[in-house]
Amino acid sequence: MTDKHQEPLIRLAKRSDLSRGKKWAIRLGAILLALVVGSLFIAVLGHNPIAVYRDLLSGAVGGPSATRATVRVAIPLLGAALAIAPAFKMKFWNIGAEGQIMVGAIAATYFALFWYDKLPKPVLLLVMALVSLIAGGIWGFLPAFCKAKWGTNETLFTLMLNYIALGIEAYLQNGPWKDPKGTGFPIIAMFDQNARLPKVGGIHIGWIVVLALTVGMFLYLRYSKHGYEITVVGESQRTARYAGMNVSKIIMRTMVLSGAIAGLMGFLVVSGADYTLNTGTSGGVGFTAIIVAWLAHLNPFAMVLIAGLLSILSKGSNTIQTNFKIPASAADVLSAIILFFMLGCEFFINYRLIFRTSKRNPAPAAHVPDEQNDPKKEDRDLG
Amino acid sequence: MQPVNAIELRNVTKTFGSVVANNNVSLTIRKGEILSLLGENGSGKTTLMNMLAGIYFPDSGQIFVNGREVTIRSPKDSFDLKIGMIHQHFKLVDGFTAAENIVLGLKEKGRFDRKAISRQIKDISAKYGFDLDPEKKIYDMAVSEKQTVEIIKVLYRGADILILDEPTAVLTPQETEKLFAVLRNMKADGKAIVIITHKLGEVMAISDRVAVLRKGEYIATLETKDTNPQQLTERMVGHAVTLNIDRPKPWNPQQRLEVNHLTCLDHQGVKVLNDISFSAMGGEILGIAGIAGSGQRELCEAIAGLYPVHQGEILYHSRKDESIENLVDKSPMAIRDLGISLAFVPEDRLGMGLVGSMGMTGNMMLKSYDKGSGFFTDAKPPRTLAQEIKDKLEVVTPSINTPVRKLSGGNVQKVLVGREIASGPAVLMAAYPVRGLDIHSSYTIYHLLNEQKSKGVAVIYVGEDLDVLLELCDRILVLCAGKVSGIADGRTVTKEEIGLMMTQTGEELTHD
Repeated sequence: MTDKHQEPLIRLAKRSDLSRGKKWAIRLGAILLALVVGSLFIAVLGHNPIAVYRDLLSGAVGGPSATRATVRVAIPLLGAALAIAPAFKMKFWNIGAEGQIMVGAIAATYFALFWYDKLPKPVLLLVMALVSLIAGGIWGFLPAFCKAKWGTNETLFTLMLNYIALGIEAYLQNGPWKDPKGTGFPIIAMFDQNARLPKVGGIHIGWIVVLALTVGMFLYLRYSKHGYEITVVGESQRTARYAGMNVSKIIMRTMVLSGAIAGLMGFLVVSGADYTLNTGTSGGVGFTAIIVAWLAHLNPFAMVLIAGLLSILSKGSNTIQTNFKIPASAADVLSAIILFFMLGCEFFINYRLIFRTSKRNPAPAAHVPDEQNDPKKEDRDLG
Repeated sequence: MQPVNAIELRNVTKTFGSVVANNNVSLTIRKGEILSLLGENGSGKTTLMNMLAGIYFPDSGQIFVNGREVTIRSPKDSFDLKIGMIHQHFKLVDGFTAAENIVLGLKEKGRFDRKAISRQIKDISAKYGFDLDPEKKIYDMAVSEKQTVEIIKVLYRGADILILDEPTAVLTPQETEKLFAVLRNMKADGKAIVIITHKLGEVMAISDRVAVLRKGEYIATLETKDTNPQQLTERMVGHAVTLNIDRPKPWNPQQRLEVNHLTCLDHQGVKVLNDISFSAMGGEILGIAGIAGSGQRELCEAIAGLYPVHQGEILYHSRKDESIENLVDKSPMAIRDLGISLAFVPEDRLGMGLVGSMGMTGNMMLKSYDKGSGFFTDAKPPRTLAQEIKDKLEVVTPSINTPVRKLSGGNVQKVLVGREIASGPAVLMAAYPVRGLDIHSSYTIYHLLNEQKSKGVAVIYVGEDLDVLLELCDRILVLCAGKVSGIADGRTVTKEEIGLMMTQTGEELTHD
């Protein structure tokens, strides 16, 4: 062809709805591919990929104590993902779960440190739960109020609040709440037994709380009037107004709920797992939860699976760090590879690639209309 | 000697996912002719032309321009082949002048010689009969002037093949005539012109040949002089249809809605509605005509309690007794709580009237989900209603739980109108209810509106097709720049009179 214009090498086309089976096949393929790429990486580091993967798995679920540790990691992750779900469903991009967890933890810690000897255990724990809900709720309310009143950007707002929460914690840890017995280290004292959550099946009771929340959130989003409003607002605020809904109220109410649940996770972490408060209390859970919520397509039950999977990765990578002397950053790279493929495969579920064929016009001769003495045809064949 | 075809498409196919937009379409466009591309919405007209404009890339098939096979993979390629497309939605920079918009994107070396550009634009204008001031800013222009800029833009780039996508949709009858005169001049100059349309009157008036598409398939190309609107409709729809809209006599008209001196401001404080006064009667259809953006949307939304009212009153006269309620400053919820059933079919169906991701059931409860005191919604009544509407209006959907955004335009509208009518309204406002609908669905909607009229509902119909307004409505209110320029009797007023009122606020016309 003399034509200077060529068909593009790769084109994208939107896929129509794939069958459920094919979607899962793509996802599974992505994970397998991730494992292959990960094993190349491990091989480069000079280890046996199969041994590393085996230890990764056994480190996470290879025994009762390992499994319990993994579940402990999964609890706040699942809870935070559940907290984010209603906000995201409303297309309110709450990336402030991290801060909401932190303020919840701070509020709970206050009672754990200063009221542990004044209240009976059940009452103390209930109060701690309550104040963590309130604190998280306030942290969720602030960006929602400003968004509803002045149209502020919730993404920036919630993100900034994370650092404010972290700053407050750092101040308390270094100042008023510093443990006098900490021999000069700026740490907060371990909680009294009274302020620690009871265990069920060897794991703090939080796992029952988040499982109950999973069911609750599913029902709330799917069948409640609030859930209906959230869906409509998320789809189109104009439709919501048309239907007579008070959009500002719905945004604020939903964000209070979202923040409150995240705040409760802060309580579960300090009172159930860490027994103290420090700058690592939220530890990125609020951000990882976004990945969980997103991969689960905001379906609470799917979140259980995804949170479990990510917790296995996280716990297992700790194990391989010690077993193989792999640096923490390398273990993180391994997790990142898997996450990258899991997120990336969604693209291939939505789009397909079309590569340039060596010769276009595949239409069989029969389809070409009969062109008597067509001079152009000659041109083309010559070209 | 047979002239060389300007464009020839051979077996062009384009699919979007599982939707076949164009299936094996072959078509020729000759030099020096005006070809109408006729088809209903969704028949693939625009998709086909977008492949010539470099916006889409065909899945298979060949394109020949002036007898040479070409590959068009970008709008730039299309320009290089001297093809120019004027899209339905103008792509102009508001703060620039006409001349600046026209040269925008041209990669010429050196500085712009404004005088030379202006001169060239004036030459083009004079040659074809346009009327354009190159130094006028776009934001000062009427819609028809903006269209002129778009057309000159492609001519300036040397286009020999012009494609116009529904160019008359935004024009008054008078402006349409002007455009047609220009198109005829271009044709005389040897340019090939394609006009995409679904208006039969225009096809007959302007084109030399008509190519008909139906559901992505190429049907036929006919010589305009050998065909007629009835035949074209049948080709377009695929079966015989009658083209008459019923207009029963208003039955016992009673004042239902009284709007007095209504003024609304947009967020910049500009009057979008200016001292509007009219009455809507139960048992009649009141049409609202006007150029797009003359205040139709704001008027409907103000009545529905969705647009803030600056001044004036909106009075609702009860059907049952003599009571009168002022609806100004009442939210949709408050209006509903007064027991006033105001049905509103908004222009933006999926962005305002319905929730696209929900099925019919979910959409049925949009205005009633908060009924009852429980925390959870009661899905049973809406499910029953959804099933009823699906059966009665023959909504084509795999299930009442299929997201409505997956339905075709006509079915989406049936769901919306069905829900609004099911509320047993006293006032029914429908904004552009047949936009984008095929002929069969359009007639279903006209029929439903007439049915409501005969039940004594005050129907307000905002329309863009003057022919339909003149056939359907008992009275027609014409808006121009937010003002009422006249209220005419739909049975006696002419299209030209309405057209005049659309562009100027004259004294009130009364026809008895």
